[in-house]
Amino acid sequence: MSVVSLRGVTKRYGDTRAVDDVSFDLHENRIHGLLGRNGAGKSTAMRMLTGQEVPTSGQVRVFGENPYENADVLSRVCFIKESQRYPDIFVARHALEAAAMVFPNWDQDFADRLVEEFRLPLKSRVRKLSRGQLSSVGVIIGLAARAPVTLFDEPYLGLDAVARQAFYDHLIADYAEHPRTIVLSTHLIDEVADIIEHVTVIDRGRIVMDDSSENLRSQAVTVSGPTKAVEQFSDGHEVLHREDLGGFTRVLVSGVPTGRDTASLQVEPVSLQQLVVRTTQFHDAALAGSGNGNGKGNGKGAWS
Amino acid sequence: MDDARPLFQQIAEQIEDSIIDGSLPEESRAPSTNELAAFHRINPATAANGINQLVADGLLYKKRGVGMFVPAGAREKLVERRQEAFGRSYIAPLLAEARRLEMDAEDVKKMIDAWRDDQ
Repeated sequence: MSVVSLRGVTKRYGDTRAVDDVSFDLHENRIHGLLGRNGAGKSTAMRMLTGQEVPTSGQVRVFGENPYENADVLSRVCFIKESQRYPDIFVARHALEAAAMVFPNWDQDFADRLVEEFRLPLKSRVRKLSRGQLSSVGVIIGLAARAPVTLFDEPYLGLDAVARQAFYDHLIADYAEHPRTIVLSTHLIDEVADIIEHVTVIDRGRIVMDDSSENLRSQAVTVSGPTKAVEQFSDGHEVLHREDLGGFTRVLVSGVPTGRDTASLQVEPVSLQQLVVRTTQFHDAALAGSGNGNGKGNGKGAWS
Repeated sequence: MDDARPLFQQIAEQIEDSIIDGSLPEESRAPSTNELAAFHRINPATAANGINQLVADGLLYKKRGVGMFVPAGAREKLVERRQEAFGRSYIAPLLAEARRLEMDAEDVKKMIDAWRDDQ
């Protein structure tokens, strides 16, 4: 069942379409990955579905209703932003107390355990916290709120690998006990690849991928070997990426060619990160080729 | 977890392996969906798919309120199934590689005998 739906949603800032005719759903009690390059439109999409912005056109529905200035809907939605600001007089404890008042499912015991684990100094002024400590405030609120729809927009800035792993472990365990709809927006795709059940990729304001992780895993392969054999193998399939070295070629093909000779070839699975990066580059290049881009990126830009 | 097959299938196979090697004896409790998800750091829905496949294959059954258990006869069933697949999974690639190295089936048999004598 869909709890959040966007239909033909566009958000324009001046001449720029940050989100351009986008439609997708978030399904109840699933963990979604919302992926894309910087400036692709992920945060704009999340601000619209949490009622913080109004679309220029199109329809946003959360639990079947318009989320904008809708207190009933918004009490069931928790949005953890990378750039979250708190009042200057707040100490860390105030941020958690505020969240405890806003979210009906708040679990104080869970929050206390997380504070301990992330070593969050509760009495420090929020503006004195390090980048990582500030991120852990968001992570703790996002988990302990147990909101039916929880969105994490790049929640990790400054969090080290140990803290990120702790976040993933708590997320999996708590989601298993208290299923809810979760959105992870992140650049660290490899880290979340096995956690997210559904993947939506935005590029230049448009959806370029929207499918279950399981389908995506079986949708592409990397093939390497003698150029001729690789070309025969991938003939008729979309080649998302190609590299040549001497008579040796490596391609990433979408769709898995079957019943073809693989004796001299190495056929390997593609990681979700690889697939997302190459698909994005493929779309960027296609747009650049047709002169249809909106000025961001050059089709070969690094993923970061 | 990084081979090409679907994750849920890899989860199912690991449990099958435990049944075959006896670390998960018949009538013992199998790991729960949530335990599998936490251990492998995967989505609980994926773990549930793995369990469901084993249930469909008659290799696990549910005891209400207690968990999933290995039924009697599961090990024998699995061993039979793996034996049937042995040729395709192991012998075929073995002979293909042997051919590439210009060895025929006779050469391979001799190697197997020699290898066994060495052990």
